[in-house]
Amino acid sequence: MKKKNLLTILLPVVAITGLILFNALKIDTPLKPKAATDDAAAGLTLPAGFSAAILIDNINGGIREMAPTPEGDLYAKVYRIRRGSTVKGIVSLHVDGDKATIKSTFGNFSGSGMYIKNGYLYASSDEEVFRYKLNSKNEVINPNEPEKIVTGLIARRQHEPKAILVDNNGNLYVNIGAFSNSCQEKDRQRGSMGIKGCPVLDSAAGIWQFKADKPNQHYKDGIRYATGLRNVVGMDWNTQNDQLFVMQHGRDQLHDIFPDLYTVKQSAELPAECMYALKKGDNAGWPYIYYDQIQHKKMIAPEYGGDGKKSGGENYIDPAAAYPGHMAPDGLLFYTGNQFPEKYKNGAFIAFHGSWNRSPEPQAGFFVVFQPFKNGKPDGKWEVFANGFAGTQAQTESGRAEHRPCGLAMGPDGSLYVSDDTKGTIYKITYKK
Amino acid sequence: MKLIKTATVCLLLLVFADALFAQAKKTTVKSKSASAAPSAASMAAGKKVYSTICISCHQADGGGVPNMNPPLIKTTYVLGNKSKLISILLNGFNENVEINGNTYSNTMPSQDFLKDQEIADVLTYVRNSFGNKASAVTVAEVKKGRAAKK
Ligand code: HEC
Repeated sequence: MKKKNLLTILLPVVAITGLILFNALKIDTPLKPKAATDDAAAGLTLPAGFSAAILIDNINGGIREMAPTPEGDLYAKVYRIRRGSTVKGIVSLHVDGDKATIKSTFGNFSGSGMYIKNGYLYASSDEEVFRYKLNSKNEVINPNEPEKIVTGLIARRQHEPKAILVDNNGNLYVNIGAFSNSCQEKDRQRGSMGIKGCPVLDSAAGIWQFKADKPNQHYKDGIRYATGLRNVVGMDWNTQNDQLFVMQHGRDQLHDIFPDLYTVKQSAELPAECMYALKKGDNAGWPYIYYDQIQHKKMIAPEYGGDGKKSGGENYIDPAAAYPGHMAPDGLLFYTGNQFPEKYKNGAFIAFHGSWNRSPEPQAGFFVVFQPFKNGKPDGKWEVFANGFAGTQAQTESGRAEHRPCGLAMGPDGSLYVSDDTKGTIYKITYKK
Repeated sequence: MKLIKTATVCLLLLVFADALFAQAKKTTVKSKSASAAPSAASMAAGKKVYSTICISCHQADGGGVPNMNPPLIKTTYVLGNKSKLISILLNGFNENVEINGNTYSNTMPSQDFLKDQEIADVLTYVRNSFGNKASAVTVAEVKKGRAAKK
């Protein structure tokens, strides 16, 4: 009897909720830009004068980092080789105007890193770094026999992808992400405290430096170039001050783990996603501290005695710039081309893959940001450069993104390439006066 | 896109309404197994647990996060053996298993700080939300799981 009454009360509620939702969805769609420029922007919103095209779509397994050649070829790293897929670990493309075609696909390893330097194509799996010799036209000579440069790197379920880069002095830099959120005794467990003298730092949570041309290097052959970096995906060499810049993914779940110290809202915004300019020996402080971009302070992590108010960590470096939490910076590129307007020269593009750890608050990111630079230092506020990868505003907020920007690269004509590791799309962004 | 969304919402509503009808029918007919049908109270309490704890990884729609946190939509774990499901919550879960054809690399921490009732409620809620439909999880079943926990 009681149940029946409940039902008669509930049914209209369900019906009304349905109507409201239905209408909400109806007005949701026009939020996607539908202007005449839409076609010229490949669904993206860009500053005036810029247009975008989809070079290629639906590369099975998603695309992470990319390496363009002066001859108009583009090597793209496939994130996860799918069972039964014809697409292998690396896709060699040729770019002709607004379209790219697949020339070949090779390599039997999934992964993230892709970099060209000194006549070699470097590629990383989650445990190793390989290189392929290139001919005078920057074509891979023997796609079936890469040289193994580094092997045996740790990849334990979290932050496994290895970002790579080679400098002008024959050094290979490899990010090894922390296999932990905040080095708790029990990872991501509510109330679990941090392990004293966090052991993760011995083999991960930093940038390691190896020789770019020496085969079969292990941990012992490399040096820990910088430590206390939880996870880095986007990195680039800044030629103005001849220095490595990296983007750190800040820790997750302040509220989930310490609900008495952080509100849901604070946990969605904090901590910052940080840009660091690194020197050999630097320590950015993970897991002991995090950076609070609202208070502009390094804060003691709650796992190590912090309470959201205690600042600290004087021995740890400060970020060069800080961005809102959880947006996941996966691509970093200093723009050295001549196609874009002067203000972009030597500034940084950052691809924010998009958040998940803001829920139940709306998700954020899924865009490419421009950070102005002056004399090798961030100068002024960052701005959203390319938006709309996710689809509608509702898709951004729910995190149900159609595309997630990941890798950034500059084509030979100064165009900006943006990869997507969800649907395997590669965008080309160009400027016309 | 819009059509698909609208259709999904309608479908979800239908499923919800259907579940309510089914439940009402069962309770009025005095169903044989008291544990089978989710009670409205358990669903409401489970939703509360879900939206304070599970939501940060598995998301509001139960769809998870690509490559990181698996969906809770019609997976063999959600709909299958209840003692396995209970043990995932009590012990956490960090195996490189394939879930609906994909693998997920984040940590599923143990939820053993939750009370037996809360675990029963949240699992009942998950098994009857996001398009799932399966029998309720009882406190007795959770107690059994807790006793079996190493
Ligand atoms: C910190 C993130 C996180 C939280 C919080 C979390 N989970 Fe999970 N959950 C995961 C991950 C990651 C996996 C997959 C682990 C694996 O692949 O071994 C998983 C797996 C599962 C599975 C089995 C796989 C599947 O998709 O069916 C179930 C069921 C589940 N979680 C339910 C819950 C419930 C219920 C809660 C809340 C009480 C919860 N989880 C909280 C991350 C989380």
